[in-house]
Amino acid sequence: MTTRTLEMALATPGLDPSGRPARLPLRPKKGSDDEFGAEHMLVNIGPQHPATHGVLRLVLELEGETVKRCIPHVGYLHSGFEKLGEYRHYNQIIPLTDRTDYLSPMANNVCLALAAEKLMGIEITERCQVLRVIACEMSRIISHLVWLGTTGIDLGAFTPFLWSFYQRERIYNLQEAWTGARLTTSLTRIGGMMADVPEGWEAGLREFCRTFPDTLNEVDTMFTRNSIWCGRTQGVGAMTAAEAINYSLSGPMLRASGVAYDVRKDRPYLGYESYDFDVPVGEYGDIYDRYRVRLEEMYQSNRILEQALDRLARLAGAPVNTADHRVILPPKHRAMSDMEAMIHHFKQVMEGVAAPPGEAYLGIENPKGELGYYFVSDGTAKPVRWRIRPPSFINLACLPKLCEGALLSDVIAINASVDIVMGEIDR
Amino acid sequence: MTPEMKGFLLLAVLKMVVVFTVVMVGVALLTLMERKVSAWMQNRRGPNRVGFAGLLQPAADGVKNIVKEETYPAEANSFLFILAPALAFIPAMCLSAVIPWAAPVDISLDRTLPLLGHVRYDGRMAMAVADLPIGFLFVLAVSSLGVYGIALAGWSSNSKYSLLGGLRSSAQMISYEVAMGMSLIPLLILVGNASFGDVIKAQQDGLWFILPLTLSFFVFLVAGFAETNRLPFDLPEAESELIAGYHTEYSAMKFSLFFIAEYANMVTVSAMLATLFFGGWDIPGTSWDQNGSTLAAVATGAAMFLKTFFFLFFFMWIRWTLPRFRYDQLMALGWKFLIPLALVYLMIIAVAVWILEAVVGIADPKIKALILFGMNAVMCYVVFFILDRGTLVSGSYRRQVPANVGS
Repeated sequence: MTTRTLEMALATPGLDPSGRPARLPLRPKKGSDDEFGAEHMLVNIGPQHPATHGVLRLVLELEGETVKRCIPHVGYLHSGFEKLGEYRHYNQIIPLTDRTDYLSPMANNVCLALAAEKLMGIEITERCQVLRVIACEMSRIISHLVWLGTTGIDLGAFTPFLWSFYQRERIYNLQEAWTGARLTTSLTRIGGMMADVPEGWEAGLREFCRTFPDTLNEVDTMFTRNSIWCGRTQGVGAMTAAEAINYSLSGPMLRASGVAYDVRKDRPYLGYESYDFDVPVGEYGDIYDRYRVRLEEMYQSNRILEQALDRLARLAGAPVNTADHRVILPPKHRAMSDMEAMIHHFKQVMEGVAAPPGEAYLGIENPKGELGYYFVSDGTAKPVRWRIRPPSFINLACLPKLCEGALLSDVIAINASVDIVMGEIDR
Repeated sequence: MTPEMKGFLLLAVLKMVVVFTVVMVGVALLTLMERKVSAWMQNRRGPNRVGFAGLLQPAADGVKNIVKEETYPAEANSFLFILAPALAFIPAMCLSAVIPWAAPVDISLDRTLPLLGHVRYDGRMAMAVADLPIGFLFVLAVSSLGVYGIALAGWSSNSKYSLLGGLRSSAQMISYEVAMGMSLIPLLILVGNASFGDVIKAQQDGLWFILPLTLSFFVFLVAGFAETNRLPFDLPEAESELIAGYHTEYSAMKFSLFFIAEYANMVTVSAMLATLFFGGWDIPGTSWDQNGSTLAAVATGAAMFLKTFFFLFFFMWIRWTLPRFRYDQLMALGWKFLIPLALVYLMIIAVAVWILEAVVGIADPKIKALILFGMNAVMCYVVFFILDRGTLVSGSYRRQVPANVGS
């Protein structure tokens, strides 16, 4: 069998070299067997495909069912979030972050608020910190639940998908009770939160924390020692620790390869150093380890949530927002009755909160890896440059390496194990 | 035409119509049952809008599929594209003709009917459309014809997904056909005949073949799953990889035919499992069910229905529980495990039967079956507990710690 690399331009079909739309011929030119040669076959996985988790497009060069080359094409969901951010006040950017990693919107909100507060040098209250920890860990659980379910489907097991989505639905209900929205939460504000949790909400979350591990245990029973599952995942898409670091992976992808890097432990924010939780680390760096790491992270998030709820009960009645009403809106009744509060309200709505000139980067441990927001400020209320470090995008970069030499079925499994979300990749 | 011949033909046509109708209606209800079973396993309710408890859902689906637009991919080979669903559908329907659904009935028919004239039938009538002397060999032969429909569907669609699905399917069916046939040879040794009637008779005399031929049952079960393209062997469809595999490009009724064929195959394999290993229509511990009365036919028909129904449920149970194999693991399981196992098992059973019959000289089939059952218990223990189950499906990959872990 000869191995040769095909030289071809993988332009978007339907465009001629000068970029004008062109009609593709329905059949290959007469005389040539097929424009790709007889030995290799070019298969398009996506952008509309049941297993690409959004609008990712993979161009696979197959020899039989073995992948010779894998080229990911991104950009189908490009929305220009970073550019849009340059025309918005810092608080107005928060709704944009809902829509980047739309599987964990609350954690994105928290990250943006933290980055802006770092830029402006604002201290937040202790209750706010606890609330933000709860938001982050709830996001981690729902994001991992989606991952668990969709990976199950990609490997052919449909049932755990609905079990995990049932639990996710319960968190969404809590999210809705807190923020009024299920997906576009816009939970945080610079210097505080959009709102405190409603009355009785903690009891709901506590009930969730108590019953939710049952589902994880069930999935654990279904998958962890299932010999088909092990056969499909063990040794597939393996990544050594050095490779993982060189590819700049983060989050569960990195930890599955045996590197115990977790932003919550290594560069703590929101007081994570005071919570008692473990960071699961894999050994082989394959899909199976990523599955084990993510499963364990959900248990650990549950532990953090329980501790945070205890603290929340202790901090009952404490203020959520910082007392400085130059950065956070005063309560509505005060804005209507108090001159100074009204001025603050007016200034913030019309002009926004000005940040001092300079730059700030803050990374947090998002479900998919290290999410970082970078701001450059020229002293006005709008950032000059807003840059996202999207964990999905950087994790996705190792996909061609993992897929080469694998089988077509493995590509689906590997792609699922990377845990991407296109809103964040294309931004 | 003699009255006897007319009587034979009349009854044959009646049986044909009844079996065809029951299988088609059964398939329709099976689609509903599949959705209900999956809903039950997934904490959902399943279809419950159309009719009482969703019972009319299959009818609604049928109407939808008939009135839907038929689409044809550009550059498809339209003749084969239309032929393929029929090629998949016809063998699936043929198979239900040879299964004996109940105990034979004594019939004495002698009367003059309008249009037909004088018809006469006397004697015992098998409750199968055709009680063929080649019995399950016919099933093995015809069931492998179904692969033509799938392979041609994949090829004629002019789509890469379909092509891969069709290729996978032909490789899978051919591989598992061998294991399936091989697992039935021990049965042939014990029965001495391939007809379903004799298989059931032998089980009534001895024990149900699940006991003396346990490993045959397991090989047949796994091969049966692979033959029907059901999960964990649904690689030809492999929804998450190949969209829908060989029927990606099909719509409306042509897609429905594939769907019906899959469920009809499921019915056949379930009925085969019941007949070959669970005594068929036999009600255990009784002998009145063989006296040829109508009551016995009804009772045995119910017994057969229950056994078949259990396996249909089992098919669904497995489908909604397990993940899917990878292509090379599927081939490894078939060629490296099932076929050698079936071969070795065949030799052991052949030698054991020879020793029991020719050397020791045991004539009572019950004692013979009990001794074989003892042997099988030991062999099952060896296969399922000593041969590590993880090695059965591990494919070409081996798990190893990367050299620089922890660095």
